[in-house]
Amino acid sequence: MSQTVVFPGSAVSPHEDQAAPETRIRSYWQSVGYRLRHDKATVFFGTMVLLIVLSAVLAPWLAPFDPYKESIIGRLKPMGWRGHLLGTDELGRDMLSRLLYGGRVSLLMGIVPVIFATCAGGALGVIAGFMGGKVNTGIMRTMDVFYAFPSVLLAVAISGAMGGGMSNGMLALTLVFIPPMCRVAETATTQVRALDFIEAARATGAGTMTIVRHHVLGNVLGPVFIYASSLVSVSILLASGLSFLGLGVRPPTADWGLMLSTLRQSIYVVPVVCALPGVAIFITSICFNLVSDGLRQAMDVRM
Amino acid sequence: MSPLDMSPDLDPRDRGGEQQPLLIVRDLRRHFPIKGAGGRAVKAVDGVSFDVRKGEILGVVGESGCGKSTLARLLLHLIRPDAGELVFDGDQVDAPRGITVAALRRQAQMVFQDSYSSLNPRMPVRDSVAFGPFVQGEPKAKAREIARDMLAKVGLNPDQFGPRYPHELSGGQKQRVNVARALATNPRMVILDEPVSALDKSVEAQVLNLLRALKRQFNLTYVFISHDMNVVRYISDRVLVMYLGKIVELGPVDEIFSHPRHPYTRALLASRPSMDPARRMEEPPVTGDPPNPIDPPSGCRFRTRCAYSEPLCATSEPALSAMGGGHIAACHMLDPASGHSAAGAMS
Amino acid sequence: MTRYILQRILYAIPIAFGVSVVCFSLVYLAPGDPLQTILPPDATAETIEIVKKAYGFDKPLPIQFAIWLSKVVTGDFGMSIATRRPVFDEIVMAVGNTGMLVVFAIPLAFSIGFSMGLLAGCFPGKVVDRSVTGIAVFGVSLPNYWLAIVMVIVFAVELSWLPATGMGPKGSDAFSVWRWSDARFLVLPVITLSMIPIGIIARTTRAAIAETRNQDFVQTLRAKGLGEMAVIRHVVKNALPGVLAVMGLQFGYLLGGSILVETVFTWPGSGFLLSKAIVNRDVPVLQGTILVLAVAFVTINLVVDLLQSLIDPRIRRG
Ligand SMILES: Nc1ncnc2c1ncn2[C@@H]1O[C@H](COP(=O)(O)OP(=O)(O)OP(=O)(O)O)[C@@H](O)[C@H]1O
Ligand SMILES: [Mg+2]
Repeated sequence: MSQTVVFPGSAVSPHEDQAAPETRIRSYWQSVGYRLRHDKATVFFGTMVLLIVLSAVLAPWLAPFDPYKESIIGRLKPMGWRGHLLGTDELGRDMLSRLLYGGRVSLLMGIVPVIFATCAGGALGVIAGFMGGKVNTGIMRTMDVFYAFPSVLLAVAISGAMGGGMSNGMLALTLVFIPPMCRVAETATTQVRALDFIEAARATGAGTMTIVRHHVLGNVLGPVFIYASSLVSVSILLASGLSFLGLGVRPPTADWGLMLSTLRQSIYVVPVVCALPGVAIFITSICFNLVSDGLRQAMDVRM
Repeated sequence: MSPLDMSPDLDPRDRGGEQQPLLIVRDLRRHFPIKGAGGRAVKAVDGVSFDVRKGEILGVVGESGCGKSTLARLLLHLIRPDAGELVFDGDQVDAPRGITVAALRRQAQMVFQDSYSSLNPRMPVRDSVAFGPFVQGEPKAKAREIARDMLAKVGLNPDQFGPRYPHELSGGQKQRVNVARALATNPRMVILDEPVSALDKSVEAQVLNLLRALKRQFNLTYVFISHDMNVVRYISDRVLVMYLGKIVELGPVDEIFSHPRHPYTRALLASRPSMDPARRMEEPPVTGDPPNPIDPPSGCRFRTRCAYSEPLCATSEPALSAMGGGHIAACHMLDPASGHSAAGAMS
Repeated sequence: MTRYILQRILYAIPIAFGVSVVCFSLVYLAPGDPLQTILPPDATAETIEIVKKAYGFDKPLPIQFAIWLSKVVTGDFGMSIATRRPVFDEIVMAVGNTGMLVVFAIPLAFSIGFSMGLLAGCFPGKVVDRSVTGIAVFGVSLPNYWLAIVMVIVFAVELSWLPATGMGPKGSDAFSVWRWSDARFLVLPVITLSMIPIGIIARTTRAAIAETRNQDFVQTLRAKGLGEMAVIRHVVKNALPGVLAVMGLQFGYLLGGSILVETVFTWPGSGFLLSKAIVNRDVPVLQGTILVLAVAFVTINLVVDLLQSLIDPRIRRG
């Protein structure tokens, strides 16, 4: 080595603790949880969501009446009539019980497609993003075609052509949500893929699957999860919309969208009772929306 | 070169003996096709040949965009070369009779330019360090053990820093983690792509000294990329100067700094900030932007910015010629038979 | 510039093609024999034979698609099962009626949404901002068909100010926007429909305004001593193109979203046509309407993109 020592040869001191403050180190998800717990609004709406889900699950135990029991004399009665807290519908069935039972179908039709679409769209997006090139073009251009339909239209088209019904409706909604989900996952993956730590992982000799599992998924999960949570509310709205058009469950099964549709004939008799299923949809949708907003904020930690 | 710096005892994995270069690079080429440019390409690395000797630190310098990082990635086959071959300790890489890319990666590692993006933001740094050994077959507990050990070796207390996430570390600490990660798989060769360029001067010195200490301790060979002539001078045994994807000069560090032959090298040396008037040269520093690497100038690529450019330089490309003592450079002025008016005057 | 326009148009062609493939396959999604789904149940053997020939049902799928596409581009969408009229005629009339709703709903939504967003963006963090943000969340969570029902209950049933459904006694053909006795029927559907994009427009505007206000040039304007009103004028001018683009997209969404609203108001537009087709299992009408609406949506997206690139040169490079 030449004589000129440009840098004063400061020997490496072992364990130089560069004034590291003793902070508790939380993992990403721990800090998200911490922030969520301290966000009062989100905690409140989260509790609401929980209650709504619970009331649907526990409907058989909570419902005061049999939701299918018709009554010729007790049709379209106002709220509070003979113990019917929320009145009765056009066939004399108890509204409260039907709303509780209806929540089961409505929530199921709203949530299941989001779960399926998250798995399928997320996987497609990660594949497209990580493989890049022709695979990416192929997948993403196909998605663009489905993107070219307004979502309501696509849902109506598919489930309408398939003849309606609950499972067709869920299938249609899944297909509607796969493209946007795929896009979110693809964008996140493409961003991550360009970062050096992926190269570093490849430099250790790790295979594609190992890299995706250890290094890609952890970074893609956040955005995908945020997006999925925001889809739930959209999905509940769309699902009840399909039922409203007669593309969901068949009568006499209780479902919020379908109830709204059949009660529409009776708005001149008991307007308030007729609007109730819509209130249920609205409240559920808004609670999911606000929880999703809170989640988005809590997960927006710079890392 | 003090004898202490050389590695006296050979690695048990050594195959070719001391005289066999650890890495032989021949005619390495990589062009990046440009979309919508009608088949044209960025000639990022365009026919590069050199040897990396066992136990040395080979410095690679050049301006931003000259292809240093591309070269580094090619050396590990992180991107596939369009042409050329790599021979690692006598075995050709990715060839029927040679060693596989995976085998190469067990013996060579890389520290990346951007210390921020080269650590997974969602992983505690000890897991990032342990990932390499884990992938290469160590059981999880053993990999963790190695990671703790390596973090301590780079001067980070594993209990304190190990569980942290990258954003909770300073730039210097992150780069130490990157070094630990590269060394965790016990490589023989490490490619360091501008490992200190994002650090401030005091931290830079610490990390450089750490790198030298580790090299001695683990018998390593470094390819050290930098755009800072001072850093390269401090750390390297030999220096390779790149310009627009090609080697323009290569030689022992003292030779390069005391007798630079290529006008580009001289201009680079003249452009470094220096307080010492004796070190300033007559040479004008490099001015202007480098030419577009898609359509590099014909003949000598440096001619558009060279003070000695003549019509000859536009028509014929200078070859690397030997100056003795392992010093080579590519300039018409160094070749008396070239026809350049200044030819011979310089040699 | 021309290059960008050409590129964008070229890009829309495969999309439109893909859209037609999806619409074509709708018939095959339907349970049962595709031939049965596009024919009335009481079709005679002769008719079946004719249709089978005309659509090439005995030929392989790609050929069937080619035949179908060549018919579609000339406006031959087949016959409605329910009305036995050409699908094309039904669609033309319905799309016109929907267009009438949308043409009124968009400016209404824009003016309300933009004002709300502007207010919120100018007073970030204040009460106005938070209430606007709250209303925006309400807006996107609102089932619009339920809103339609509530509108009917309040304004038609309880207050009897406006008619609840339909287009009036004279129907679609004699409808004139300029006569109040006809235009009355527009009011409720238009208001309901305009509620769908208000929340999104307000959100977008708020974000655009807040972002622009933080940019350097605005600080400079302020430093120069420009009054707050003048600064806001500058800010609005800069934020407008982005908001307009989002609104252009909403235009397309309204075409789709009108399905439910039109059903409630029995407004004889494309959405109502669709919901009738669903009830009647009238697949040709379903297919044709979806195709027309989707192609319209693609075209609108294209036009919005091109307009935006004319206004804002930054887009072209992106
Ligand atoms: N994946 C790629 N695709 C296309 N072009 C690339 C790619 N990677 C690098 N290039 C181009 O190749 C040339 C060399 O890039 P490289 O990153 O190797 O330069 P560098 O010498 O490392 O520069 P710096 O000092 O700024 O890091 C540049 O012109 C760059 O734009
Ligand atoms: Mg580089």
